[in-house]
Amino acid sequence: MNTVAEPRATPPQGRAKLADREGVLAPLFLLPAVLYIIALVGIPLLLALAFAFSDVTVGDPSFDWVGFRNFDAIFDDPVFWRSLRNTVVFTVISMALTIVLAKALAMILIADFRFKWVVRFLVLLPWTTPIALAAVAWLWMLDSVYSPIDWVLRSIGLSESNVYWLGKDTLAMASVIAVHTWRIVPLAAVIILAGLISIPNDIKDAADIDGAGFWRKLFEITLPLTLPVIAVATLFGAVLTFTDMSVVYILTRGGPENATQVLPSYAFLKGIGSGDLAQGAAIALFLFPLLLAAAVAILRSVKKMETF
Amino acid sequence: MTGTRVGPPPALAAPGQPGLADSAHVERLRRRATKRHRFGRGGLYLLALAAAFVAALPFIWGTITAFKRDADLYNSENNPFVFNLDPTGEHVSFLFDETGFLTFAANTLWVGLLVSAITLAVGLPAAYSLARLNMPWAGPLGIAIFFVYLVPPTLLFISLTRVVAILGLQDSTWSLVLIYPTITIPVSVWLLIGFFKAVPRDLEEQAMVDGYSRLAAFGRIVVPLALPGVVAVLVFAFTLTAHEFIYALAFISPTDAKTISIGVPTELIRGDVFFWQSLQAAAILVAVPIAFVFNLLLERFITGFTMGAVKG
Repeated sequence: MNTVAEPRATPPQGRAKLADREGVLAPLFLLPAVLYIIALVGIPLLLALAFAFSDVTVGDPSFDWVGFRNFDAIFDDPVFWRSLRNTVVFTVISMALTIVLAKALAMILIADFRFKWVVRFLVLLPWTTPIALAAVAWLWMLDSVYSPIDWVLRSIGLSESNVYWLGKDTLAMASVIAVHTWRIVPLAAVIILAGLISIPNDIKDAADIDGAGFWRKLFEITLPLTLPVIAVATLFGAVLTFTDMSVVYILTRGGPENATQVLPSYAFLKGIGSGDLAQGAAIALFLFPLLLAAAVAILRSVKKMETF
Repeated sequence: MTGTRVGPPPALAAPGQPGLADSAHVERLRRRATKRHRFGRGGLYLLALAAAFVAALPFIWGTITAFKRDADLYNSENNPFVFNLDPTGEHVSFLFDETGFLTFAANTLWVGLLVSAITLAVGLPAAYSLARLNMPWAGPLGIAIFFVYLVPPTLLFISLTRVVAILGLQDSTWSLVLIYPTITIPVSVWLLIGFFKAVPRDLEEQAMVDGYSRLAAFGRIVVPLALPGVVAVLVFAFTLTAHEFIYALAFISPTDAKTISIGVPTELIRGDVFFWQSLQAAAILVAVPIAFVFNLLLERFITGFTMGAVKG
């Protein structure tokens, strides 16, 4: 009566058995990555939090709990508020510019034309160049005496004297925003390009056959379909913008008179420059809520992307 | 698609009735479409040219600068875009002979090599585990690992400075070798998941039927097939090493341990003295090769991104 089949050939013993068991292999394969991240991202993150409530300095690294003293100090510091405001202003403006410019650039890059590789090469330069070197190139573009932009303005009679791009509050801020946008747009465009490519061809063909014009296709097909990917690209750009300090550090060192100071650069100035690790950590901590908001927003956009 | 590619006029596609009036209408539509097409092409070239110009402007100006004589460069009346005096290569030689540029380049390559090795050793198995091994929670775990990339160096550099000091690695390139994988591993895992998913499952199963263990199938079949992903990770790890600024600035101060991205701005700007021509030459010499390699791999990155994100 018993028709149950004989058990299949028993799995080989020893090493092969272990090397075949997914239940063991999967966590084992993942373990090094998880450990690395916990040890050098997770723990330092907690440490940064602890530093913010301590009196650790470069000179005296012993850890003493001081409660909210660091926060009281930075809340009384007008430069901190200025940095916070600048961080938000920089991020919002360069995000807005990035959305428009990156979308336009992506649409240029998806088209076919002659010498496209030259254009692509040049257009990607801002993103692929190490940010510190790109900032140095801009520092020279915006030089107070020898800026070629000033020379052009003078030659066509638009300006009598030099503009001093990095020497005046508003202009310095505009310059920093422009350099950030210049740098982020190619990255955002490439991400959007990936989204554009993934639009199914039959939708495009159907639109062409129906005689939809450029703007109509833009607003009724490509924009709605690529909105999540545009959101991801922009949020990435935003995170890279508000967590970066190299552009500010090289172009203005936060000047003139802290007009371009942002949270990361101020944290660096306090933490490494003046050696007050505790206060630097407390300042940097204010990046966290911004970061969390960006992460949640990215996650939502990615979810939306998966429903297509 | 852009508006430059105007499809056939609708009248052509519609099953219209034949007739003289209609063919004139079609002709008119066709002419209008061609006109629109030409206008679109011209606009496209103009936009592409403008984008390329804005993107490359500092580098164009930098290339000219690198070969200018001091007397030519430091005269604000001179047209900055032409050589008013004969070009000279002396500032480029200065960069190689009198500054630490070659040391910085060597440090960057060395750190990049080690970071790539660590990233691959840790990232390949992790990505495979998340892509193929039917882990419970593989999806959320993958996203969590990716989000680690968003934790910025500016939030961690202060506590990591202490960690590096405790380990006795300050002022040594080893501090960068240790810390950079925290940035490269998350992105690489994400990229590699996409590449692994593109390898047909059948190949792996066939290998296991042929007597390979799962481990051997991974090492001998799947990784070689995902080689483009491995290359992408290598390029990514190297570029990141060349790009990273904050950790290097915080951890390292001696000249002979500096990488390109901190060495050039800190050593070629001495107090108030800027070696502008050499600075620009350094920027171009680093920017062009990296951009070149990236262009070769751009398609890969785009497919990697869509596979990782959309189909992940």
